[in-house]
Amino acid sequence: MSNAGVPPMRDRSWGRVAVYVVVWALAAGYLVPFGVVLLNSFRTAEEIAQTSMIGWPTNWVFGNYTAAWATYCIAQTCSGIHPYMWNSALVTVPATILSTLLGAVAGYSISLWRFRGDAWIFGLVTMGVFLPEQMRLIPWTIVLRDLGMTNTIAGLVMIHTIQGLSFTTLFCRNYYVAIPVDLMKAARIDGAGFFRIFWRIVLPLSPPILIVTVIWQFTHIWNEFLYGVTFTTGQQQPVTAALIALSASVADVPQHGIQSAAVVVAALPTLLVYLFGGRYFVRGLTAGAVK
Amino acid sequence: MSALMIRDLHKRFGSVDVLKGVNLDIESGEFIVLVGPSGCGKSTLLNIVAGLEKPSGGTVEIGGRMVNDVAPSDRDIAMVFQSYALYPSMTVRQNITFGMECRNVPRAARDKAVEHVSKLLQIEPLLNRKPSQLSGGQRQRVAMGRALVRDPLLFLFDEPLSNLDAKLRVEMRAEIKQLHARIGTTIVYVTHDQVEAMTMATRIAVMHQGEVQQFADPETIYNRPANLFVARFMGAPPMNTLPARVDGGRVMLGDGSVGLPIDAVGLGARDVVLGIRPECIAEPGRRFGDAAPLIIKAHVEMIEPTGAETIVTLRLAGEKMIGRVAPDVRLALGSEAEFAIDVRKLCLFDPKTERLI
Repeated sequence: MSNAGVPPMRDRSWGRVAVYVVVWALAAGYLVPFGVVLLNSFRTAEEIAQTSMIGWPTNWVFGNYTAAWATYCIAQTCSGIHPYMWNSALVTVPATILSTLLGAVAGYSISLWRFRGDAWIFGLVTMGVFLPEQMRLIPWTIVLRDLGMTNTIAGLVMIHTIQGLSFTTLFCRNYYVAIPVDLMKAARIDGAGFFRIFWRIVLPLSPPILIVTVIWQFTHIWNEFLYGVTFTTGQQQPVTAALIALSASVADVPQHGIQSAAVVVAALPTLLVYLFGGRYFVRGLTAGAVK
Repeated sequence: MSALMIRDLHKRFGSVDVLKGVNLDIESGEFIVLVGPSGCGKSTLLNIVAGLEKPSGGTVEIGGRMVNDVAPSDRDIAMVFQSYALYPSMTVRQNITFGMECRNVPRAARDKAVEHVSKLLQIEPLLNRKPSQLSGGQRQRVAMGRALVRDPLLFLFDEPLSNLDAKLRVEMRAEIKQLHARIGTTIVYVTHDQVEAMTMATRIAVMHQGEVQQFADPETIYNRPANLFVARFMGAPPMNTLPARVDGGRVMLGDGSVGLPIDAVGLGARDVVLGIRPECIAEPGRRFGDAAPLIIKAHVEMIEPTGAETIVTLRLAGEKMIGRVAPDVRLALGSEAEFAIDVRKLCLFDPKTERLI
């Protein structure tokens, strides 16, 4: 290691202090609300009501979690949030897998197979990234009605798969353009067709970008609220929509402990995905070359 | 039999004419090198032969069969790329057998073919490795193995040695030449390196601006270049070309102060461009053939010893020229020195058309 170009020690340490202050401030901004919710999920409703929303549990209770999961009443149904968690899983898992696979095939064909109008198609597909959700509400309402899929899990799967294609195609296309053209030429001379090249050559190079798209799609679809609350009601709702119904049903006595527990449980899947996949996510976003 | 016949081939990208009517007839068993500077269209030509790009006009026949509308995999060709283009996620063995896998060749036949090729190229110990675990030279061999295993009518090489270091390049050059001598399959080889062209080819096609400038054996290309472009492109250092004037049996160089005898019957008196290879300008003790050498005096401007010889830049009749003298000859910068000229290999070009006279 050479010292050339490194500023004097004092400057560097002050700079470092400044960086840490900013980083910790940002981290606190994100973590404090979560910490408050997490702590409240272990406090009783009485304790929260008598003291403050922010505080350390005097008695650690776990009953909030069992109530939130299995018995608490949401919109006249007293089975907690677990049916809605299941709904969310039924929407998120298929939609994530489908949109990632279709996006990979679409990105592959746009980046590695030149065809007439490919740039236009790519432009149109990625425009979906910038279209606001609410702008698409009415078109989707019409589509769901005409297909008879209103208030169904399958309807949400379809919407999230198609909407997700903009992102997954963009991600995969940008990753695949780094694949050398000569590889494609060699494979064509070897006699491989569109799908054989995809399965045997392109897909084995794809884990970094597939992990990125899966994490992205999973968190996005799991946390999605607007479509869930608009297109489904009652027992068909995903957990994000159910959480609203839960807070609406506590008009008489505020049950902040149970609400907090429900929020933590609902956030858990995406947190776990991030904890296990986060390092791949960062690595995949910065990975470009496939050499 | 004609291995490859190219007729009036054109290729246009937008408004750019990359190939402007290329014609080539290549006999079976030949080693053809397409050589030219970057952007001359040689790689485009190879891609069209391979079927990876469509021509804008003209025809390609491989082994007597029109292949304009035949898919790359059905043209009975194999190609080696500059980047090697090995499939990163496959082992060396899978790389070599991928083509057979696509053509549904039975496993036993595949194994036999891999065995044969890996023995030929001495890559048996590498068969289970991934490309990322190979050195540049090893990747090069595997890329050749993938082509060889096909046993095609035509091998296409697209600058296969350009990514290797200088020493390995010389080794692989010799190896490819030996390989060709052994298997005898027709090769079309693209390079920008004129040394590769001279050393390996049975015939060279020199390309420039989308046209074949000359298609001939290496000796003709070197000694009788068809035009000034070929004269200046082939050879390192390149051929000296300088304005001159023929009159009777002499050619007067540059400002007319130096004359060389030349066999130029029927030319009359006219302006020409004289081409003279650097090795035709040497130290005064050198003998070219039986005749007594012609000795001239020139001004020494620069000397570059390479060890095996010394490249000398000199000024003669007001023109700058390059000569090659023996390494033990001591020349003083800025001095007048004597040089022997080989007048047997002078080339004359028309200054307007730039063609060989």
